[in-house]
Amino acid sequence: MTNSRNGNGDPVTVPDLSRIMVIGVNHRSAPVELREKLAFSPEEAEKALHLLQDSPHINESMIVSTCNRVEILMVTQDQSLALETILSFMAAAKAISRPRLQECLYVHTGDRAVTHIFRVAASLDSMMIGEPQILGQVKDAFKTAVAKKSTGLILNRLLHKTFSVAKRVRHETGIGGHAVSISYAAVELARKIFDTLDDKTVLLVGAGEMAELAVEHLIRNHSGTGRLLVANRTFSVGVELAGRYNGLAIHLQEIPEKLKTVDIIISSTGSPDYVITKDHVKPVMRSRKHRPLFFIDIAVPRDIDPAINRISNAYVYDIDDLQGVISENIEARTMESVKAERIIHESVIKFAQWYESLEVVPTIVDLRTKLSAIAHAELTKTLNGLPHFSPADRQALEKMTESLINKVLHDPTLFLKNPGSHRNKSVYLDFTRKLFHLDP
Amino acid sequence: MTSILFIIILMYLLGAMGYILYLCAQKPLYHRWGYRVMMAGFLLHTLAIGYEFFRIGHIPAQNLHQNLILTGWSLSGVFLFIKYRYRLNILGVFAAPLTAAVMIAAFCVPSVAVAPTPVFKSLWLVIHIVIIFVAEAALALAGGAGVLYLIQENAIKTKSHRFFFKRLPSLEFLDKTGYGFIVTGFTLLTVGLITGFVYAQLVWGKFWSWDNKEIWSVITWLIYAALLHGRLVSGWRGRRSAVMAIAGLAALLFTFFGVNFLLEGHHDEFTKW
Repeated sequence: MTNSRNGNGDPVTVPDLSRIMVIGVNHRSAPVELREKLAFSPEEAEKALHLLQDSPHINESMIVSTCNRVEILMVTQDQSLALETILSFMAAAKAISRPRLQECLYVHTGDRAVTHIFRVAASLDSMMIGEPQILGQVKDAFKTAVAKKSTGLILNRLLHKTFSVAKRVRHETGIGGHAVSISYAAVELARKIFDTLDDKTVLLVGAGEMAELAVEHLIRNHSGTGRLLVANRTFSVGVELAGRYNGLAIHLQEIPEKLKTVDIIISSTGSPDYVITKDHVKPVMRSRKHRPLFFIDIAVPRDIDPAINRISNAYVYDIDDLQGVISENIEARTMESVKAERIIHESVIKFAQWYESLEVVPTIVDLRTKLSAIAHAELTKTLNGLPHFSPADRQALEKMTESLINKVLHDPTLFLKNPGSHRNKSVYLDFTRKLFHLDP
Repeated sequence: MTSILFIIILMYLLGAMGYILYLCAQKPLYHRWGYRVMMAGFLLHTLAIGYEFFRIGHIPAQNLHQNLILTGWSLSGVFLFIKYRYRLNILGVFAAPLTAAVMIAAFCVPSVAVAPTPVFKSLWLVIHIVIIFVAEAALALAGGAGVLYLIQENAIKTKSHRFFFKRLPSLEFLDKTGYGFIVTGFTLLTVGLITGFVYAQLVWGKFWSWDNKEIWSVITWLIYAALLHGRLVSGWRGRRSAVMAIAGLAALLFTFFGVNFLLEGHHDEFTKW
């Protein structure tokens, strides 16, 4: 399905699944230090999409950048040139040496690329399998790309398919059953530090969705005596989140003071610098009588200075560290992910079928079949009302209909076989199929 | 007597094995059997000491052999009580082998017959010895909790969640337990020292005679006092507390053994061989 085949023997004109390509890094291929360097902020992503659009080798593109992964998904005519373009672009934009970059990049093409993007969105490739945020992140990335008009027919179709696959996986398997996996890891760790979580105060730094999810499980393990503080740059958002969990919103500037009383800090801001440093923590340890402080840093770039981990009775876990705790949890979900993989496999095949339908010959055949069917139906109707026609007359009419179809199809066929621009061929094919309603 | 001692050691060893199996396999069955065997060993141990008491007519603490037997007895007793009271199974991994080791040491040290002296015939002495031994057992277990704390803390700090991470309880729990042992041990040690001074007054006519054992006992006492003071006033907790508990244990061991062998003193005659 990924190899070119076409009646004319012209490999370029064949819409081929191998034109879809994904280049990326994730939590398995690269350490957090590198991922935080490679991460694209929304503004950077827009700029990058703009640059990629100018590349002659890349037809469509989008960039998914989360704390655990950076994926550049594209449609290209020439894989090696496209890879080259991306490599030199990333090396320049992110100031990373190319050998280092190549070490931790993975490249998927064709149905493997499709499988990959399906698995990513369905959260099968996540650090915490089944965590639900990734779908939203892929959706946002897609929205950005659509707004920048960097996607086209193929990626649009692929992404819409991706979203429906992810939804199906979520509904039909138990993979999201324990949706709060990051919190699971955090609670598990907290339980190894604190005897009980009931009387512990939790401070959320950053009121994002991720933080909320992380705190949810902790909150659920509270029997109500523990308190929740929320510090957020936008105070109103903090107030809103705190309200939902009976907590208290504070200003970011109050954090150093509050470190004296809180026990667990969950940080997930988008800040490029450390929000809490060693100098914040060191002085408060005395006044908090050296009671343990547990920092959970789920932000990339990191919010919590890792040096804090060296302070006595203070423990810092970043997103990579949490991995270790949940590896077992992942195993328990293997059964469910088998089901999910089956759904994905099925969807990849369906997508490939759609893709194949974009080929010229099947489209022309379908078009001809449709016109013939209409012509024959009409002919039969007409001839039924004309019983006095001789068999010879009937034959003549049938012949005329045939040649009418041929004449009508002549120019469209020529055009579809060679629309002048290879780039837009699949667009015309898709348009034709839609115009004539060839895919009921 | 030797064969009874042998059986007691065997039971403690079996108990230790149960706890180590529990540590590795995490099956409650093992620690339950470890506990039962330890308990049986302890009862036999108690009977043996009681028998010895009535045979010689005073507390059997005349030589190192007898002292070690008493140490083993108080260790297993304190552990079994704590385990019964707080369900702290994992401490058995430390306490059971330690008890067995102390008893094996007792087995190896020859029981030198000492002429009964009138010094031993006093209720004060019985109280002094029993309380001091129980205090030392509690403080030894505090050291054990400190060791477990350091192991667990290291696992969390270095983020290597291997063997011990899953098996050890939370840091706060280990810290609290260690603190509980120290409070108990320190209180008993204080009472034990006071009874010792009172007894010294009765026997030698003075409370304090600059005896090495006395000096080192007070040094040990001061270390634990410093630990408790630090905790209550400055909130020394966690790592520092654990390290101090281990340091205290080292001082305790020196007071118990070192002073007898390396230094001279009036405990000599009944603590050396």
